Order: sequence, then structure tokens, then C-alpha cells
Amino acid sequence: MARTDQTPGIRPRPTIGRRLDVISRHAFPASTTVLVMLLTEMPTGIRGQATLLPAVTLACVWFWSVFRPTAMSPPVVFLIGLLLDLLGYQPLGVGVFILLVAHAVALRCRYWLAPRGFALLWAVFAAVSVVDAALTWLLTVLLTWRLIAPAPVVFQAALTAALYPAIAIPLARAHRSIADPERA
Amino acid sequence: MIRLSIQARQALAKLTLPVLIVASFGVMLLGKADALLAERARIALADSLAPIYAVVAEPLGRISTAVADAAGLWGIREENARLMEENEQLRRWQSIALALDAENQRLRASLHWIPDPAASFVTARVVADAGGVYAKAVLLAVGPNHRVRKGEIALDERGLVGRVTEVGSRTARVLLITDLNSRIPVILENSRARAIMVGTNGPRPRLMFWPEGVVPQEGERVVTSAEANAFPANLPIGTVHHTASGVPEVQPAAMLNRLEIVRIFDYGLAGITPPEPEQRLTAAHH
Repeated sequence: MARTDQTPGIRPRPTIGRRLDVISRHAFPASTTVLVMLLTEMPTGIRGQATLLPAVTLACVWFWSVFRPTAMSPPVVFLIGLLLDLLGYQPLGVGVFILLVAHAVALRCRYWLAPRGFALLWAVFAAVSVVDAALTWLLTVLLTWRLIAPAPVVFQAALTAALYPAIAIPLARAHRSIADPERA
Repeated sequence: MIRLSIQARQALAKLTLPVLIVASFGVMLLGKADALLAERARIALADSLAPIYAVVAEPLGRISTAVADAAGLWGIREENARLMEENEQLRRWQSIALALDAENQRLRASLHWIPDPAASFVTARVVADAGGVYAKAVLLAVGPNHRVRKGEIALDERGLVGRVTEVGSRTARVLLITDLNSRIPVILENSRARAIMVGTNGPRPRLMFWPEGVVPQEGERVVTSAEANAFPANLPIGTVHHTASGVPEVQPAAMLNRLEIVRIFDYGLAGITPPEPEQRLTAAHH
């Protein structure tokens, strides 16, 4: 681990079990995001289910980009975006781009946002989800070269913003407990 | 691992994000230049996920049926009365249909009519929604040794569902008639006028290009037309419904928002689907 040679001090012996523990805690954000994405594709027959996938993906990427950008690094975001495009039947690259934009915004204002409480974080996320939904629509229109009714933009943005607490609260719990590498 | 100075490492870390954003545009161009690549990647992903979806589809279906049943208990008396009335009507229609069928048989016999060949079909379970925010499609589990091919026609028990657009080793994707890319030649049953049914991603596709002097009537039945050799004639699609602003739309007969099982018919038609090697040219417009 890179951390080991930078900070001095006493620490437990790096046994295989402990290393696996640390690795799994580092991999927690990306792997849970992929798992939740696959779960939204389950055949539940809910109306508007297709919109769930981009909504939960954006919420997960945003949360981890704000609170743990080392585990949600740009290459990871890129791969998650690719999966989003493949699962969501969007033109390739659209999901990659919008997730990277959200990631960049999160990195920019994470030091300013993180100590200011949940309400503000949610409000900024709502603004990001509006921009993302609009960008998805615009890029889809440009790439398929066909004018699509913009109504889904509103629904997608509203659903994404509304779902955020349901995603962020369990993730915040996990962030402080099972996903925290310091506790390994 | 290569040892880099702290400055070089920081510079590299700062560069990753802009480089990846540029790369995302590269991916867009790649997806545009080679539509088949994205299609193959998608169907490979679907093939690997379909067994999982197929396993959970049954318990999930049972749960949603149970929920629907519980909701149905509320209106069970009214529902029963409605069904009894409908049953009476259907009995009358049944006797008419039987009489017409007998007459039809006699007329065909006296005309030496050549019957249409019976189409072969396979039945498949819908395992996932294969659409997105801007696409309407479903994914079918078709088993490892299937013979489903592109361009075959999917129907549920009530009417036309869509066409098979992508086929993998154990899955097939059916583009629904409501999808934005769906264009289907239809016939209005009363006037026998031809028209095109255009998907809008909404629940009801729109009717377009009907001949002058014909007005699609509210409630008129819409069936497929054999024109362009993409569909056999007279598959039921739905009924005409006018919006508040007077635009004729088609209310699909198939229950497109809760498809569970569809039949895929092989009519041996290849009007729209090009042979496999020429796919590259036309993959973009299904």
C-alpha cells in the first residue's frame, strides 16, 4: 500500500486476510455501484424502470466522488459510464461523458461542499442531475440525429434528484463503517 | 512499479480526468463509426446477464402478481359484473365468428384458394427491459440452441409487439412498436387505406402518411400490411385513437408495458433485414 511508506507508526502485520480486507474496502464504492446498476435492470415491471439506471448510477458516482475520490477515480468512472451506456442502450460515450462531468464538478467543490451538510449537497446534486439529464438528451439527439421529445429530461432529472437520499443514506453509513479502509 | 517524482505523479493525476473526457468523445465517435461494435458488446453483456435475470424473473413475477391480486380484491365485485357482461358479448361474437369461419371454409373450398403457409414460432420469456430512457425494447431468453433470427416478428396473445433486432447466443432483443426507430406499414381495416405507424417512445405510436380523402376513424382496427415484405398482412396491431389535438394514434392491442411471454414468428420474410455481411451499411436504421 502506498500509505504504508508515507506515514510512520505501528500497524498490524499485513497478513493475507488483512490485505483482502483493505482491498475490498477500497473496491467497495465501484463494486456496489455496479451491483446497484445491475439490480435496477431486474425484471420488476415497474413503469419508468429504464430511468432508474442513470438515476442510481449518477447518485452513486456523485456520492463517492465527493467523499472518497481515491476509490472513485476517473478511470473507474469511465468504466462505469461504459457499463451505463451498454446497459441503458444509449449511444456509446454519452454516459461516460456525463458521469465524468459530474465527477469533475464533485472534485471541484468537494472541500467546500462536504462540511456544509446534507441539504446543500442534495441541492447541488439536483442541479447536477438537471444538467446531466439535459446533456444526455442533447448528445442523444446529436448522435442519433433525430429530434426527440424533451419530456424525459424532466422526469429523469426529478427522479434522479428524488432518489438521492435513498442512495446516499445507506452509502454514508457504509462509508463510515464497512467501506472505511482506516478500519481494516 | 516505475518510481516517479511527486511532481510528475501529481501532474499525471491532474491530467487523467481531461484525457478521459476527451476519450469519452472518442468513444462516441467510435460508437458512431462502428454501430455493430456497440451492438455486439451489448448482446454479449446481455447474454452473460440473462441467466441471472431469468432466475429472478419468476419470484419477482410472483411478487408483482401477488401485489396486483391484492389490489384487485378491492374492485372484485365491479370487475365480476363487468366480466359477466363482457362474457355475454363475447358469446354472441363467438357464434358470429364460428358462422363466418364455416362460410369462409366453404368459399375457400369452392375457389380453390391457396392457403397461406402456416408460420413456425417459438415462445420466449421476457427477462429484462432492454430499452433505455430513449429506447423501447425488451430482452428475451431464447435458450442456447435457438433458431431465432433478426427480423422475425414478436407477438403476444393480443397483437404485434415488435421485431427482433439483435440476436445473441441465448438472448434476443425485440424493438417494440413504440420505439422511436420503429416504422411499420399498416392498413386501416375499415377503409383499407395504407399508412405508416411511427413510434414516438410514448405509449401510443402515431399514424402518418395515410392517403388523401381518408380519415382514420376513432376505434378503427389497424393491422399490418404486407408491403415492403417486412410483415405478413393482417396481424392485429391495435385501434385508432385521436389525441385531444386531433392527431391519430394507435392504441396497441399488445400489453407492451407488462410483457411476460411473447411468441416469435418466422414468416420467412427478409424485406428490411439485410443479409449479415452488409449489416455495416444499414445497422443504424432498423
